[in-house]
Amino acid sequence: MKPLTATHVKYFHLCQRKLWLFDRDVWMEHTSEAVAAGELLHQTAYPQRAERYREISIGGSRIDFYDPQRKVVHELKKSNKMEASNVAQVKYYLWLLEAHGVEGPTAILEYPKLRQTQAVDLTAEDRARIPGELAAMRTLLADETTCPPVINKPFCKQCAYYEFCYVAE
Amino acid sequence: MKKTYYLFNPGRLSRQDNTLKYTAYDEAGAEGQTRFLPIEDVADLYVFGALDANSALYNFLGKNGVSVHFFDYYEHYTGSFMAKEYLLAGRLQVAQTGHYTSLPKRLVLARKLVEGAAFNLLKNLRYYQSRGREVGAEIAQMELYVAALPHATTIAEIMGYEGNIRQTYYRCFEQLVRVPGFTFDKRSTQPPQNELNALLSFGNMLCYAACLSQIYHTQLNPTISFLHEPGSRRFSLALDMAEIFKPLLVDRTIFRLLNKKEIQPRDFVRELDGCLLKETGRKTFVRVFEERLKETIQHRRLNRTVSYQHLIKLECYKLTKHLLAMEEYQPFKAWW
Ligand code: SF4
Repeated sequence: MKPLTATHVKYFHLCQRKLWLFDRDVWMEHTSEAVAAGELLHQTAYPQRAERYREISIGGSRIDFYDPQRKVVHELKKSNKMEASNVAQVKYYLWLLEAHGVEGPTAILEYPKLRQTQAVDLTAEDRARIPGELAAMRTLLADETTCPPVINKPFCKQCAYYEFCYVAE
Repeated sequence: MKKTYYLFNPGRLSRQDNTLKYTAYDEAGAEGQTRFLPIEDVADLYVFGALDANSALYNFLGKNGVSVHFFDYYEHYTGSFMAKEYLLAGRLQVAQTGHYTSLPKRLVLARKLVEGAAFNLLKNLRYYQSRGREVGAEIAQMELYVAALPHATTIAEIMGYEGNIRQTYYRCFEQLVRVPGFTFDKRSTQPPQNELNALLSFGNMLCYAACLSQIYHTQLNPTISFLHEPGSRRFSLALDMAEIFKPLLVDRTIFRLLNKKEIQPRDFVRELDGCLLKETGRKTFVRVFEERLKETIQHRRLNRTVSYQHLIKLECYKLTKHLLAMEEYQPFKAWW
């Protein structure tokens, strides 16, 4: 089985159907303008930061901006609409860092467009919750024939899978 | 928006920085006009004339996800250069293969494909029937074949019905195209024997290539098909898909071209063994076909306007959902 990544965690909190499809490599992101905009954001938001931060790969996930001196993960987001899933994703980074022996890492979610930042810590609750969540994900993904249903939320309209999910005839 | 480019004339294609450079050759083989195409504007290339190119160019095209489709003198599709298959999905491939190797599963899909194709063919005939053409007998006959589809137990049988449906449909062409200079006795290919057949062959080939391009941007494997036998052409899934879209994309384009006299007998050459579209005719056809692909309709499920070209992609999505046991495939049936 492929390792679960931070993207899995994010999707788990966003939409389990999206998670299921993504895990099967049925991905739509290559056609999505929102994703292209996100990539552009990464390239243009803080061009001067390349020196202070490192990109690291850890447990199958990639952290784009990590400050090893201060042990801070920086994560850039376009908007704070998906706040809960953004937070879950970043907490998973922290959990991975701890699992790899980094003590007391913290994170900052940054919304450059909104000129906002948000500090994120890993709590005792998170440490108890995350392993169970990963196990639940593995069970869900192992099921070959039961894709989780369409969630029918306003968010679907912006989702790269919208047409895939809603086209029927 | 990325575009499909058609290269009709012989010439050389090369890379210049991040741009494609196309130099046409004149009749004597000397270099003529040069054109530049920014690579990010190119979806794919269709090559009809002799093309000179080197591997550096193909590396460049491959890196940018641009495929090149080749056609011979008779406008038959001969092959493709496909950029590395960047979207293949392991588990979907396994599922797709499973739906081919299991006869009951394959029958379901093959039937649906023919059902969808027949519906769209009938749609064309009904349109003309409402305008007073006498095609009632053929419609009734085709409906009988459609009704028999659920009883077919082999792929050969389904293919047989498909053939019958088409033959009956083509019998109406004489009725539908009432333009002097165009006759149609029966469907002939390789090479087409008259003007109408030449148009059908050319159009069907364009439709096949359009389906191939769309499939390529999904995770389906274009070589595994359900109605047609894989291997009947390299990318036989495109043949399956084309069945559904030919009535709307190709046949209606032909009716328009002829009824509006945009293509005339002088746009063809008759040779000893067949009939071919001349370059003038091909250019007109491609232009109208492209317009057709870009034409939009309001999608009744998605609440969005989508182009005909995009409908092909949506068809790929539905097929994907069927293969992953998410939702049973319902073929596209023109609803407007
Ligand atoms: S469109 Fe809606 S249901 Fe489908 S994956 Fe996206 S969020 Fe989930």
